[in-house]
Amino acid sequence: MSAANLRGHGRHYPEGSLRSPAGLEDNLIDMDKTNFTNLFAAFDREASSRYCALRQTARERFAALPLPTTRGEDWRFTSIAPLLETPFDLPAAVSVPLPPAVGPRLVFVNGRYAKGLSSPMPNGVRAGSLADIDAIQISQIASETDSPFTALNSSFLSDGACIIVPDGVVVETPIEILFMSRPNGKPIVTHPRVLLVAGKNAQATVIERYLGDGVYFTNAVTEIAVGEGAVVDHVKVQSESDTAYHIANTQIVMAAKANFTSHNLSLGGALVRNEVRVRFDGEHAEATVNGLYLAKGKQHVDNFTVIDHAKPNCASHEIYKGVLADRAHGVFNGKIFVRKDAQKTDAKQTNKVLLLSDDATINTKPQLEIFADDVKCTHGATIGQLAATQLFYLRSRGIPLEQARRLLTFAFANDIVNRVKIESIRAELEERIV
Amino acid sequence: MLTIHNLHAKVADKDILRGINLTVNPGEVHAIMGPNGSGKSTLAGVLTGRDAYSVTDGEVLFEGKNLLDMAPEERAGEGVFLAFQYPVEIPGVSNSYFLRASVNAVRKHRGEPELDAASFLKVVKQKMKVLHMPEDLLKRPVNEGFSGGEKKRNEIFQMAVLEPKLCILDETDSGLDIDAMKAVADGVNALRSKDRAMIVITHYQRLLDHIVPDFVHVLSQGRIVKTGGKGLALELEAHGYSGN
Repeated sequence: MSAANLRGHGRHYPEGSLRSPAGLEDNLIDMDKTNFTNLFAAFDREASSRYCALRQTARERFAALPLPTTRGEDWRFTSIAPLLETPFDLPAAVSVPLPPAVGPRLVFVNGRYAKGLSSPMPNGVRAGSLADIDAIQISQIASETDSPFTALNSSFLSDGACIIVPDGVVVETPIEILFMSRPNGKPIVTHPRVLLVAGKNAQATVIERYLGDGVYFTNAVTEIAVGEGAVVDHVKVQSESDTAYHIANTQIVMAAKANFTSHNLSLGGALVRNEVRVRFDGEHAEATVNGLYLAKGKQHVDNFTVIDHAKPNCASHEIYKGVLADRAHGVFNGKIFVRKDAQKTDAKQTNKVLLLSDDATINTKPQLEIFADDVKCTHGATIGQLAATQLFYLRSRGIPLEQARRLLTFAFANDIVNRVKIESIRAELEERIV
Repeated sequence: MLTIHNLHAKVADKDILRGINLTVNPGEVHAIMGPNGSGKSTLAGVLTGRDAYSVTDGEVLFEGKNLLDMAPEERAGEGVFLAFQYPVEIPGVSNSYFLRASVNAVRKHRGEPELDAASFLKVVKQKMKVLHMPEDLLKRPVNEGFSGGEKKRNEIFQMAVLEPKLCILDETDSGLDIDAMKAVADGVNALRSKDRAMIVITHYQRLLDHIVPDFVHVLSQGRIVKTGGKGLALELEAHGYSGN
């Protein structure tokens, strides 16, 4: 285990540690799924028939899979109790005003494709609503066998965003996918779905954005297939309302010589779980999996990543940074698997957390399972606070305390922000922090 | 400009300053010398509001206002500047971002309008020229990867940009070779004016060959035990602090 700098309420649990965190719901073993299953019938009356069989299979899996509890290792610090206690409704079709698009975008409001708010896609790209496009890859990338939430998402599969970039097509302009939730009085649940397929030597940049008001549950699944020699730059901006629940599984499969970059920016939500799973399915591919999470108040943000080095000669770089204020709770669990044949793997993982208050908590755990013998794997976790010497230095130059704190927070997050290639998103993050 | 009266301060439970009295008028340069542990840096810290120190007695008036009641940023706004003995590195924040935030915070305190990016750059570029600062300075993170000499010059550069009324230089010569020290001293001398006062804290006389003071004070065990003209520094150099 490399650097683990513990301060504040930081906890760095070694693998296999049996310490039990206090204050977490732990008696959810027999949780009730009817909160979701009783919506099936009403959903089917309106849903497209294209995915009828797929929904049925998924519902069977959802019924068979136990819901995660804090007794299991993968959900140890995140209780889903609020999701089962809140009575969610299917969302109504609503129309919302939205500023005109500056680039190509697909908009979904309350789970439905909003054609009027969307804008034309770049030339050569097949994109639109999943309800209108035959995409054989759907449900082929995201694993439903071990994730009840993914199975639940597929149980409601009808609409969603589909972007297919054919072989050799290079798309310069970022394509934005916007999911908005607008409950009308009662809490609602949506199951956003994204399928992004980049063909051989194709290139594309996709922004996935989540917004909303009030109390709702977003259970998102994103499937990304990066073809041989393809380059995909993916940015997820999670700006849900501060009373929203957001559970997302982003799953990526990479062909030989593929290059994938993801920035997972988690800004909103009351209870957030981001899962990112990358699987190397060909040699000489490279994945950059970065994340930035900002949480305050009583927000709970759990980042769970899995990098599966299933093939030799691939590289993965992972940096997650978190800024936790007030009573916020952050969780980072970074798994890296290096399979037996995956020689010459180069995997690097870093998790850094800035605690802005004595009451904020982080649980961070790197988890490396290496079965090959000729690999380079490093990981490190640090937990720190704003340095008093830096604060005083800024204040001695006239910068007020609160501004100095924000400036240093931005400095902490800056190396993630700077790696995002889309300028407007960098500006948005700077605005948000400073 | 600055009146220190019977100032007592401690760090943790240790008394460091035990009754400092000092008056500094506009245009004057005061050197404060003394052996290690005599309280030189504590005095600088107390004047600028470092929270490691607690003042137990006495008062400090800056232009008639109670300096000790002010937050560090207010003191900077009023025109007090400390050139740090150990300038702090701030990775992730560029010098230009930092300096602009600083200049505008100070301007705001003084009730002046904030500078936009263009006018800020104009002011800064001109000062960089005077102090021979490297071109890429503005883009680089604050003090990160700077040599000792560069860090100290960056302090003087910030001082030039902020145009304070009272400059406190805390061991600005420490760790510098003779060329770097001359460069820093030239920068300081360029900022001397009839409206600006300076307190130069140093362990060695050599800096005072380049920044010639009007007064030299010897600090020992938290008190000023001797005051004289610039000749006093030479005496100390010849006979040491224990020669007093």
